[in-house]
Amino acid sequence: MTEAVFPEWRDKPLDEVLYECRELLEDTSFPTVRRWREAGGKVVGHFQVYFPEEIAHAAGMLPFKVRGAPVEATEADSRFGSYLCSILKTSLELALSNRVTLDMFVTHPICDAARNLAAVWGRNFEYPCQILYLPQNANSQHAATYLRGEYDRVRRGIEAIAGCAVTDEALRRSIGVFNENRALLRTLYRIKRETPWLVSAEDAYVLLALGGIIPREEHNELLRFTLPLIEQRTAKRQDRVRVVLEGAFCEQPPLDLIRAIGRSCYIVDDDLLIGLRWILDDVPPAGDPLKSLAEAYLECSTHSPVQHDLRKPKHEMLLARLANANADAAVVMAAKMCEPGLEEQVAYTQALDQESIPYFVSEFEENMTSFDHLEIQLETFIENLLFD
Amino acid sequence: MTGTEQTIIGRGNKDGARLFREWFDELNAAAEANRPAAYVFVMGSFAELLRAFDFPLVFPEINSLQTAVRRVAHEYLNEAEDYGYSPDICGYVKADVAVQLRGGKHPMGRIPKPAIAVYTNACNTYIKWAEIWERMYKIPTFVLDIPGTRLAGGQTWPGDTDFENDRRYVIGQLKELIALCEEVSGARFDIDRLRENMEHANAMSVAWKQLLDLNQARPSVFNALSDGTIFLGVANGFRGLREGAAYFEDLVEEMQFKAQRGIGTLTEERYRLIFVGVPCYPIFRRFNELFTESGGTFVNSTYLWFASGGSNVGFEYDLAHPIESLAEGVLIGVRDAMDSMFFQTKILIDMIDDYHADGVVYHPIKSCRTVSTGLADSRRDLMRRRDTATLFIESDMMDRRVVSEAQLKNRVDAFFEGLATRRRQAALGSARLST
Repeated sequence: MTEAVFPEWRDKPLDEVLYECRELLEDTSFPTVRRWREAGGKVVGHFQVYFPEEIAHAAGMLPFKVRGAPVEATEADSRFGSYLCSILKTSLELALSNRVTLDMFVTHPICDAARNLAAVWGRNFEYPCQILYLPQNANSQHAATYLRGEYDRVRRGIEAIAGCAVTDEALRRSIGVFNENRALLRTLYRIKRETPWLVSAEDAYVLLALGGIIPREEHNELLRFTLPLIEQRTAKRQDRVRVVLEGAFCEQPPLDLIRAIGRSCYIVDDDLLIGLRWILDDVPPAGDPLKSLAEAYLECSTHSPVQHDLRKPKHEMLLARLANANADAAVVMAAKMCEPGLEEQVAYTQALDQESIPYFVSEFEENMTSFDHLEIQLETFIENLLFD
Repeated sequence: MTGTEQTIIGRGNKDGARLFREWFDELNAAAEANRPAAYVFVMGSFAELLRAFDFPLVFPEINSLQTAVRRVAHEYLNEAEDYGYSPDICGYVKADVAVQLRGGKHPMGRIPKPAIAVYTNACNTYIKWAEIWERMYKIPTFVLDIPGTRLAGGQTWPGDTDFENDRRYVIGQLKELIALCEEVSGARFDIDRLRENMEHANAMSVAWKQLLDLNQARPSVFNALSDGTIFLGVANGFRGLREGAAYFEDLVEEMQFKAQRGIGTLTEERYRLIFVGVPCYPIFRRFNELFTESGGTFVNSTYLWFASGGSNVGFEYDLAHPIESLAEGVLIGVRDAMDSMFFQTKILIDMIDDYHADGVVYHPIKSCRTVSTGLADSRRDLMRRRDTATLFIESDMMDRRVVSEAQLKNRVDAFFEGLATRRRQAALGSARLST
């Protein structure tokens, strides 16, 4: 694919680039996916959170992060029961309403609802819809070998759709592209941590999120252009509370909510779209690429409520995230009806209580449109901290 | 009723209730003696293996549902919600949190504290649930990861590349679990004790499958919802034990006796139904009556499949190769349990045919996304493929706040009116054809 699917930002000053990025992210017709397909490309839709996108990339396909959208689940509603998170419904809605067209769909056993998606999706579409069984026993000595085999199964499935072999060499090239992407995103998060006044919460989020809907080469180009300009900004530091936002690993809060939180405080770290940056370091480009990717999932990945690893108790990881970001407080959120997120809230708040770290607890939904009440509560929380 | 009939008919329910009480009495004694237990779940308990280390087995799901059946679940749910848990998470988890906060006290006595928790990934909430015990008790927990079916109709079998990849992973984990059990229990692993337990499990699995098959009789010989729940309790609590195997052999004898003589349940069977989902335990008896009062009997359910950990496939372990065979058995059995929750369309179509079912009742519940998420879509799919009456009703297995008996009754009554209309139309159609 040589044509850029997101050319609108080019040759523009930083503020206009960020404006174009926001416009694209909020466009629920997903024009970049449409353009990719119009140019003859194929698309693998992968539901949150963990997916080895390198495999799809190496096949020349677009890995599209399926993460719902703020749309009405007009058609999808009748496929689900009442007590369910929004992201499941709106994700299916995107496909049923032809906002996005896929050639393959992959979900994961990150939660009981998400695992059901392969069956639901498969009953509604002709293309392969499957579960990638990531190892839930990350502490087994046999997990890496198993996962390498499971990734190989996914590779074979993708090859059948792409109509070409996914060679180790192609995988190594893709790992290189994604390593650069991970490094750029680490820079973005360093800016958030060290100089949060240089980039607003919503702009940082938008720059991150576009990685899920455009080719990684384009995303790298965008980040290579914007990050130095952001660092050159001369914005003044304000006396704001530094917070870590936790609880957005799957369903995403609406951009307006991120903006609202960012108005009250500096979000110096978060788990927003953690699935776009779950591998914490470079994946070795040499050797067996599938083995390297499998080991990266097990040995070099961040935490989330949907990855069980005895070495990574989530509440301790949150405390570490707060400490690393030199944060004053935590905003502990959970998507409505999100079982793992809501369960983890208890562990998080107990750990925060124990460490006497202030926190703000709330629920959200991707479709929510009114934030006044939440914003007032958050402002009160922040004021209490500032004047304590 | 003859003397033989009096001895045999109803024996399964009576013996089941007795065994259940005895099991809880033993757990109570273990708690009083401060004897630590293994906490396990119904979809892959590994009872065969854990009993080889003499762990008392605690099934928190069963303890939790007992609070609902005994109509005190709301007290436990409130306590867990006061502790911080959301109203929107699994009610079983919350009831167990409250049981733990009460030092193990629950309506049937007291349960011992855990020394270890062993669970599969058949339900992700198992994993989150065990993390609570990790934090509460600092105990080792072990998720024995069983990869399931990847896509509809895509099951793999011994010899297939992907099945063998899964099998190696499960065998490796079983060996790690054995080492952990040795460490926690202080006992050496005795493979002959495992073999003995597996032999009892084999007998139970064979009988469980026979039992389910026997309900194809007309009239059906047991109610899959009410009687079936008793059977499930014994199937889980006594798996790997001689008493468990004997119970199911007796039960098969009872049901064969009934089937041969055309003896059904207490319901005068007019409509044969299949139940999909989890029962409504807060009004368990009444919920069943909503159907039996109109002549509906449940002849099978996906619950009898997944809550028995996939015993319905009747897998028999190869006792010459216990570890390898245990791995294969749980891969096939637990996978089948998962299939009956995620990929159930073909399973239901086969059930409709084999059990001559008139209708399918879908009962998704607020508490359980594993079972409930795909049911509305599954129903659409079934209705596309088969002209079978279906009913879709929502409530909960624990939380009476989301159970509305009046609304349920309205829907159930309308469903039976539809069934009656179908039957009249079918009769009219047959009459026209014959003239």
